[in-house]
Amino acid sequence: MIWYITRRILQLIPLVLGITFMSFAIMKLAPGDYLSTMRQNPDISPETIARLSADFGLDKPWLVQYLIWIKNAFHGDFGYSFTYKMPVFQLIGSYAGATLLLSLTSLLFSYCVALPMGIYAATHKNGLIDRIASVLAAAGIALPGFFVAILALMFAESTGWFPVAGMESNNYSSLSAVGKVLDVGKHLILPTLVLGTRGVASIMRMMRGNLLDVLSENYILAARARGMSERVVIIKHAARSAINPLITMFGGDLGGLLAGAALVENVMAWPGLGRLLLASVQSKDLYVAMGSFIMGAGMLIVGNLIADVLLAVTDPRIKFS
Amino acid sequence: MIDDESPDGISSAQADYSPISDAYVPPTGGLTPLPSVFDEASDDHDIGTTPFDNASRAASKRFLASRKSLPGEWLAPRSPTKLAMRRFKKNKLAVGGAIVAGLLYFFALFAPFLAPYDYITQSDNSYQPPVRIHWSGGPIIYQTTWAFNEYQERVYADDLTHSEHVKLFVRGDKYKIFGLLPCVWHLFGVSGSQRIHILGTDQLGRDYLSRVLYGSQISLSVGILAVIISFGIGLVVGGISGFYGGILDDIIMRICEIVMSIPDLYLLIALAAFLPSTISPILSYVLITVILAFVGWAGMARIVRGMVLSARELQYVEAARALGVSDSRIIMRHVVPVTFTFAIVQASLAIPGYMLAEAGLSFLGVGIRDPVPSWGNLLATGEGITNLIHRPWILYPGLLIFISTLSINFVGDGLRDALDPKTK
Repeated sequence: MIWYITRRILQLIPLVLGITFMSFAIMKLAPGDYLSTMRQNPDISPETIARLSADFGLDKPWLVQYLIWIKNAFHGDFGYSFTYKMPVFQLIGSYAGATLLLSLTSLLFSYCVALPMGIYAATHKNGLIDRIASVLAAAGIALPGFFVAILALMFAESTGWFPVAGMESNNYSSLSAVGKVLDVGKHLILPTLVLGTRGVASIMRMMRGNLLDVLSENYILAARARGMSERVVIIKHAARSAINPLITMFGGDLGGLLAGAALVENVMAWPGLGRLLLASVQSKDLYVAMGSFIMGAGMLIVGNLIADVLLAVTDPRIKFS
Repeated sequence: MIDDESPDGISSAQADYSPISDAYVPPTGGLTPLPSVFDEASDDHDIGTTPFDNASRAASKRFLASRKSLPGEWLAPRSPTKLAMRRFKKNKLAVGGAIVAGLLYFFALFAPFLAPYDYITQSDNSYQPPVRIHWSGGPIIYQTTWAFNEYQERVYADDLTHSEHVKLFVRGDKYKIFGLLPCVWHLFGVSGSQRIHILGTDQLGRDYLSRVLYGSQISLSVGILAVIISFGIGLVVGGISGFYGGILDDIIMRICEIVMSIPDLYLLIALAAFLPSTISPILSYVLITVILAFVGWAGMARIVRGMVLSARELQYVEAARALGVSDSRIIMRHVVPVTFTFAIVQASLAIPGYMLAEAGLSFLGVGIRDPVPSWGNLLATGEGITNLIHRPWILYPGLLIFISTLSINFVGDGLRDALDPKTK
């Protein structure tokens, strides 16, 4: 098991290197850099620009810049933010945490809602609830996340039940520890609902389909023939094996979740990676953009790894090879 | 089940693929000429070569053979394409989706004619609410007046003393039909200095309905174009990778993995945000489409590769190779058709994703940029989300995005069920 995980992590090294190279290439091939806006400002002398350019390493060819960045990254130095005037590593931590928090609560929400719904829909196939649920599921997949986020904000604004945007209230720093947790929790509700809705739809459809497949298996027939209660058959025998494919899906869906989070963050002013990425890309803050880009990819990769390991743990048919 | 076909053929044909829609029931006792689908040439139009299709193709051949001994007998058309069409038509959601999507695309095609104005003309009336249409010997609108309230916001009111008749087919802003024929006629409008704003105006006083209609041209086409490009790349790259294997396969798959391990919106933002804001609208439209396609091709390539890997082991491919058929011909004639049904289904299911991505990017201000409208950037014209409560008409494009992606999703689901009945 440990050997399997180690090997998987070792396999990731070239992948991560490739990602960093690609992101660096994208950022560099685009015209202009952080200093190009400064150059147009007549108040800033060319000497200052040249000095800044040398400081940031922007005067070297981009391949050299990349190699320098990689070398520093190995030492834990991911560069320096031009706009925030602080090391990228420090800056990104809190943003990544916010994205992670939002993604996890949304995942939890969607699974907690979708699994029972999927089981119910499968066991009451073609019933009224099943039909309503399948229509809702189709609608949930087609809904643009940022549009739902806008509607949610309008709802918050007109009812005043939820804080309108952001992650913390203005008086956050003066709150007690418990108060801080509650405050973030209150801000978390709407983004979680918005981001989780999409997941509910797809997970529910998947669970329903899986469970229907499993229910036609012979061992379910056998279990019923042995006189087990329907409840035991569904929960203990059918649902458990129907969940397995969902774990694979969890890995595949994580990318969609992070992408959705990026939109929701930008609409709802949630201080996450997607928001940081957009801001830094627009201000050509190279290393921050690189950092958030790689961090996003890293979260996706680690999520996939966890999904694979989970699948291997839950499904005895899968061997570590 | 087909071998013991009774000589009269009709009833068993219906039993095999029941229920047959009314359109295919022959006039009782009447003799209908043989449909041309049974010509040998029609095989070229078949989609896919799954065992199911082979079975039905063999069946139609057998029908053809039996038909020579029984001239003039009516036969149910049963080419795989027709069967798929029939399955599709039975799916109410898919048909409904196709109708709605078709209507939307139709509106987009004729947007310049349906829109009362062009999408750039500004006016003084910022954030004017949708006009109310009254009836007085025909539809009329009242002239709008406005005054500042205590927050320096414009409050609009109807001036009941001045009214204008709403007319059909009026002269207005110049445009070109399909970008070719110059034309000045619009479906409806009002004469005089008064302007009619069915969906209100945006911050610069531009007619919102016109902008929504012109925006539909971009929002609805970008998905299809991006899918065509990305699936083209995916099919070719995946096909090459799976067919040749070896080092090439390894390299391509590693690149796919890199593209796929970045959350797609992150990649989109990074790529799109670097487009200079000075480039022409058409160029930025093309580039956004290419960027969307670039992000999406990897998944397709991987799936196609898998299918090609299994197709490569098929006996008829081996046979073709033994006969000395060239690689490109094997790929085009024997391997690609296997993946084609799948590709069509996946492509139609992928369109909504691209549309949503374009809308999201444009909403964030890095996709299609003002003044060119797209449904995504129109939603951002409300100047702050909290102001939208007072300007709810700004939200219509969101509804349209939802309706269009939903209906295209239904069409995609319907196509999947119709073309590939095994994988439900």
